[in-house]
Amino acid sequence: MYVKQISIFIENKKGRLEEVCQCLAENDINIISVILADTNEYGLLRMIVSDTKKAKSVLTDAGFSAIITEVIAVRFPHKSGTLKTLLEFFNVEELNVEYMYGLSTSSTDAIIIFKTSENQKAVNAISQKGEQYGIQLTSL
Amino acid sequence: MIWNETKECMSRDEMSALQSARLVKTVKHVYHNVEFYRKKMQAVGLEPGDIKGIEDISKLPYTTKADLRDNYPFGLFAVPQSEIVRVHASSGTTGKATVVGYTRKDIDIWAECVSRVLYMAGIRRNDIVQVAYGYGLFTGGLGLHYGVENLGATVVPMSTGNTKKLITMMIDFGVTAIACTPSYLLHISETIREMGLKDQIKLKTAVCGAEPWTEQMRLQIEEELGICAHDIYGLSEIMGPGVAADCNLHKGLHVHEDHFYPEIITPDTLEPASEGTVGELVFTTLTKEGLPMIRYRTKDLTSIDYSPCECGRTTPRISRFKGRSDDMLVIRGVNVFPSQVEAALLDIGETAPHYLMIVDRVNNLDTLEIQVEVEEKFFTDEIKQLENLTKKIGHVIHQALGITAKITLVEPKTIERSMGKSKRVIDKRNLV
Repeated sequence: MYVKQISIFIENKKGRLEEVCQCLAENDINIISVILADTNEYGLLRMIVSDTKKAKSVLTDAGFSAIITEVIAVRFPHKSGTLKTLLEFFNVEELNVEYMYGLSTSSTDAIIIFKTSENQKAVNAISQKGEQYGIQLTSL
Repeated sequence: MIWNETKECMSRDEMSALQSARLVKTVKHVYHNVEFYRKKMQAVGLEPGDIKGIEDISKLPYTTKADLRDNYPFGLFAVPQSEIVRVHASSGTTGKATVVGYTRKDIDIWAECVSRVLYMAGIRRNDIVQVAYGYGLFTGGLGLHYGVENLGATVVPMSTGNTKKLITMMIDFGVTAIACTPSYLLHISETIREMGLKDQIKLKTAVCGAEPWTEQMRLQIEEELGICAHDIYGLSEIMGPGVAADCNLHKGLHVHEDHFYPEIITPDTLEPASEGTVGELVFTTLTKEGLPMIRYRTKDLTSIDYSPCECGRTTPRISRFKGRSDDMLVIRGVNVFPSQVEAALLDIGETAPHYLMIVDRVNNLDTLEIQVEVEEKFFTDEIKQLENLTKKIGHVIHQALGITAKITLVEPKTIERSMGKSKRVIDKRNLV
């Protein structure tokens, strides 16, 4: 259910994203999911990788600012309205979604990564109410 | 053409005699009324009686901005509080401001010095003068204001900020003279051109200062506006604007040496520099009551010329400034020390991140960008928190410097380090 995510601060400069990926490739770290949030001047690269600890260490050595955060991974059936149902749970608990992104899909289900204002409350809500809708916490 | 011919055209011998008498009096005044000066003199075995004339001035110890900070706020005042009628303040090297105080007589002498400058720039009783320096703690606004009133011309206390309103009033009132920073005047000039109002302007002269500028900039102002532009120099520690200014010949700035005694020293050795060589300008106030300054190191680099000027004045002239012997910057007329930025950033984290100040001039106005390296402890995985961080840094910088800066977050270790210490400032303005 809790998954470690690595976030990297990247200036909007040519080639920086490639350097991050190269650094991971050279150290045999696989990227499971990636999303780039951008502003005018910089980007924030969030990733789920095969070895978070190692990724942080090699990226820090390469001069990047990287931090590890815990996020929630939720598995969904491929059925319309399921995400809406989950967000309803969060609304009832008065939780904000700080960000979310898809992880991977198969023909039957999808995984979405969430960070909410209070992750523990979100986890509780999903474990209590999710089952009947096929929504479950997952460890990837 | 000369406001105070008696003083401004005095022979060198008469001037020396006047300075000697005034220095002896000033030294007695500070020795008996300011503990700081008394201790400093005692430490080198000096008594007031040892200073018999202006030639003895080199026996006296120097005073620096740090001394003002250490005695913040009023520790160096030489009169009871009841005699102080005004204070001003400017940037200190760290969080604490440099505070200065004036007696009523100090204010009068200041106005007299500014009147000399305005008269030098061709301003007379019939003129209407817009003062577009900031009014407030900064000495620029009120300093010029009192000078204009003392001269008997009409003062329009514009302060800074609303350029279009300034131009409208300039036209409607028939303003003939303006006092502001040179970069602001260039901005005004550009706005006048954009608004297509150049033929309605009656301006004939400008008195500009509070920031370094080049002769090219002065000529550009004269050409664009069809006016005469004069350079006025001063610093709050000594008095404020009006310590020196250039006459219509523009061959250096005449120092009002009956009130402020100038010396040039070699900053490394602190020994007097030979006449004509560039060194650090040092001032001793000769008439100030509230906050007398003994051999105050201005950190401004210049040379001094004692030959009589063709304008008729005998007061010595300091050359256009050749820079600073410290790292102070003047941005939009405000004194800024990199150490202030460092202290402000320290307020955010336990240790200050690496930063780089980039100063530039865009459309004749100074810009300041501060790049801050994002260290792990400063950042989170959320954009909004990074944006909050940028805002927070912007806020503390504005609080500390009094000017706004564009804050740019950059990756760690991207700001160049030299000799283990970061390069703190890039000034692209080429002012020297």
